[in-house]
Amino acid sequence: MSMSPQEIFEVASPAVSDPDATDQHVEAGQPITRGRLILRRFLRQKSGIAALVVLVLIFLLAYFGPYLTHWKFDDFDQTNILTGPDSNHFLGVDEVGRDVYARTLKGLQKSLVIGLVAALVTTSIAAVAGSIAGYFGGFIDITVVWIIDLLLVLPGFLILAILSPALAGKTWLWLVVLLAVFGWMVTGRVVRGMAMSLRERDYVHAAKFMGVPALTIIRRHLLPNMASLLIVDVTINVGGTILAETGLSFFGFGVQPPDVSMGTVLSDAQPLATTYPHVFMFGAGLLVLTVLCVSVIGDALRDAIDPSSGSSRL
Amino acid sequence: MTVTDKTLPDREPAGSPAGSPLLEVSDLTVSFGSEAGPVRAVRGVSYTVRPGETLAIVGESGSGKSVSSLAVMGLLPSSAVVTGSIRFKGTELLGLNDRRLSKLRGSGISMVFQDPLSALTPVYTIGDQIAEAVRIHQEVSKNQAHARAVELLDLVGIPNARLRADSFPHEFSGGMRQRAMIAMAIANDPDLIIADEPTTALDVTIQAQVLEVLKKAKEATNAATVLITHDLGVVAGFADRVMVMYSGKSVELAPVDEVFYTPRMPYTMGLLGSIPRMDVEEKEPLIPIEGTPPSLVSLPSGCPFQPRCPIAVDLCRTVEPPLADTDRPLHWAACHRSLEIAQRGWSAADVFVRPALPPADASLPPVREERDVVLALDNVHRAFPIRKGAVIRRTVGSVRAVDGVSFDIRQGETLGLVGESGCGKTTTIMEVMNLLEPQQGRIVVLGKDTGTLKNSDRRKMRADLSIVFQDPMASLDPRMPIGDILAEPMWVQKIPDERIKARTAELLQLVGLAPEHASRYPAEFSGGQRQRIGIARALALDPKVIVLDEPVSALDVSIQAGVINLLDELKVRMGLSYLFVAHDLSVVRHIADRVAVMYLGRIVEIGTTREIFAAPSHPYTQALLSAIPLPDPVKERSRKRILLSGDLPSPADVPSGCRFSSRCFVFAEQLDAEQQATCKGVDPGLYELGGDHRAACHFAKVREVV
Repeated sequence: MSMSPQEIFEVASPAVSDPDATDQHVEAGQPITRGRLILRRFLRQKSGIAALVVLVLIFLLAYFGPYLTHWKFDDFDQTNILTGPDSNHFLGVDEVGRDVYARTLKGLQKSLVIGLVAALVTTSIAAVAGSIAGYFGGFIDITVVWIIDLLLVLPGFLILAILSPALAGKTWLWLVVLLAVFGWMVTGRVVRGMAMSLRERDYVHAAKFMGVPALTIIRRHLLPNMASLLIVDVTINVGGTILAETGLSFFGFGVQPPDVSMGTVLSDAQPLATTYPHVFMFGAGLLVLTVLCVSVIGDALRDAIDPSSGSSRL
Repeated sequence: MTVTDKTLPDREPAGSPAGSPLLEVSDLTVSFGSEAGPVRAVRGVSYTVRPGETLAIVGESGSGKSVSSLAVMGLLPSSAVVTGSIRFKGTELLGLNDRRLSKLRGSGISMVFQDPLSALTPVYTIGDQIAEAVRIHQEVSKNQAHARAVELLDLVGIPNARLRADSFPHEFSGGMRQRAMIAMAIANDPDLIIADEPTTALDVTIQAQVLEVLKKAKEATNAATVLITHDLGVVAGFADRVMVMYSGKSVELAPVDEVFYTPRMPYTMGLLGSIPRMDVEEKEPLIPIEGTPPSLVSLPSGCPFQPRCPIAVDLCRTVEPPLADTDRPLHWAACHRSLEIAQRGWSAADVFVRPALPPADASLPPVREERDVVLALDNVHRAFPIRKGAVIRRTVGSVRAVDGVSFDIRQGETLGLVGESGCGKTTTIMEVMNLLEPQQGRIVVLGKDTGTLKNSDRRKMRADLSIVFQDPMASLDPRMPIGDILAEPMWVQKIPDERIKARTAELLQLVGLAPEHASRYPAEFSGGQRQRIGIARALALDPKVIVLDEPVSALDVSIQAGVINLLDELKVRMGLSYLFVAHDLSVVRHIADRVAVMYLGRIVEIGTTREIFAAPSHPYTQALLSAIPLPDPVKERSRKRILLSGDLPSPADVPSGCRFSSRCFVFAEQLDAEQQATCKGVDPGLYELGGDHRAACHFAKVREVV
């Protein structure tokens, strides 16, 4: 994240863009709802739409692509080792006789799922921890900030690498948990800052003076008002976690064989990248394309949600 | 009969001030693109400013008054489409490139903005910033420019100008920053000063100071001034001519007395009728203008004011009236019926309907002492520690925000708590609303001491005590539909769902909205409607006491009247008691039964509304009252202001003895040394002045100031 998200997301203010236009008469036609406005602004951005279309295609490919061939990702075709793409093996065969097409798509499935789930978990941790710290302040705040600072100075990759033998044979969901635990800190800090400013809003005061319990205030008033930040954060995190998972798996710390992910596919193919490029190119290309799409969508979403971020101005 | 806008300047009779116009704006239009379609912020405005005169542009938010002046300065964003003509000393400004415009800005035309904090660069000293303005337009050395800056700061009344020139903007108070802005504006002897709501962000006593400075600056440079404001009181005392704007059009243009005494456009009449008057004692309901200003995206056909105008005829609905001659010279109004208004001698009370107030509740005992006390504060203190140090934080002092406040409110009564920002009124109501034991003293709500409450009792008590906030934009959660917002207090008290639903509809009707509105979001409502929703939420549980934290100060005047009337009506109908916190004394005079004036964490004067306004006895109350401009040019010209020197002292460093002595005019001008020693040495308590009236002054003396 290059810009501080706090600057980008001025906490949900009802003013749309022009101060003169906000005082709309209720009876003067049905005003545009916020959701429709965001959708309209998003649809105006060609790059965002294109990326969304490509990403949907990638998902379709990952889940329906394997049905196009009779080869399974763990089949061995000893007769065609290292042959190039043809009608039998769409993308050729690797050095031990596995079908590159089937394997890559299987890996893509896993990476996409891990990326999505881990991004959701990451943002959820950040939202809960950050808003609780920001709303309550005091001792709770100090504790949460201390944990954030601690996690920020710990080398996450190294710890994941060290922990990975202990997780061998366990479900990949553990990997998701670990990726999330080491990935929520920056967003957590931002959420904490927003919670601290939202805490001083009159509507939060009003709720407090009605006697609404603190956790209910957080759930009902704080989190919905940060929704735009959180949504964009999830999107951007998807790209990040896919890369993190791929990196770990590449070095053998993440997804363990016989399970396949983009990381293991690429690490298996890496020695042949220069000699038999077909084994490597497809997977690498798909990975780059996926992450690129996700980040373009994230940008477009941010511009759509926050009109002051520049490019969406009329 | 009608004149087109273009020919206006030529048609002015010979009696007008001589000389060619300094600024000539003709047929100016400004529009912005928006999601909902083009926003036509200014639609064909023409006016002229002659050398040395002051033109006030008055209007509510969204009327285009600021946009039209930003267009003159060439400061509109590039997305704005501007047409028409703006001529300054005969030079066309529209279409001029930025470099040539920059030459003019500052030296020919200069501007004073509303928010002096964001208009000054935080990283340079005030002196440097003024010197920079001088050096851009004049060939002078750095030292000369600095000397000039000090001179200018001195002129606008900054004490110790030589020293203060080296201060940074954050070291200046709001009033001093605005003075510095004025100094910068007059640095190059401009011919025209545009002041965009120059005193809106300031307290009344500071506003009086700044307006005085602005007058002085005008005299020093003999510049013409365009004053943009929504405050008709400021206009009455400051302007030569007034232009009233409504939804992007100028609807009335006339000399100041004409506008105030013989308005010819119903909107102007409505504006004048809807402001509560500090100089009127009678408690009549205000005359609100129904409805809200139209959206600039979808204007109604015909006259834009027609949907809210009680005397609209068919012609008004089809043809938009141009700004035309009236029966009086130098007076133009955009109304088809302006001549009729003149012939029949209509005033606001004739054109608009003055709503009737329900009769007072007869079940309440008429004598105040016989009614129950619903809220009592007894010597309440609240101090915030000032801490220093990054690792080991130690307390180095304390801000005594509330320093011994006592008052009580009885059933069916409104106490107005007034004072300038920083006097501790917000802290006081926060102490009340928290329902916790104060640091010192006692708070008793409906006979129960908050210090002894159990958590469950406290939650129950919240049903009897509710609050309405100042800013209707901030007090409603933008992500919640109105129905849920109104239901929230009832959820907390575990009221069954069906009952909540019925009550929500009931509440919406009670505050003048439709039950169908429950599914809409706050952003779909105008400011006044949002404030009504805030009031409905406060009423949800049939409370006994409502704390009103400046409930109308964020609203436009025409909307404000409706909300004040609503509060008046609800109070009578539901037997409510209000703690009404405000800085606007005219509103307080209208709504309150008793008034408490706060200064630096203490109540300095308390009494019935009549006593406070007719016989103010504390010098601070007198200064406060005299600082408020009256919307009446003749009265305003004959009034003598008591100008307080300096700013509010910091509550972290309260002066010894009487805390007002550092700014007190009585102390400085009328007391001998021995008496001054008393003020400096002895902290005055609230002395009885007869009846309910008490003031914290050793030498209290009634002065008539309104």
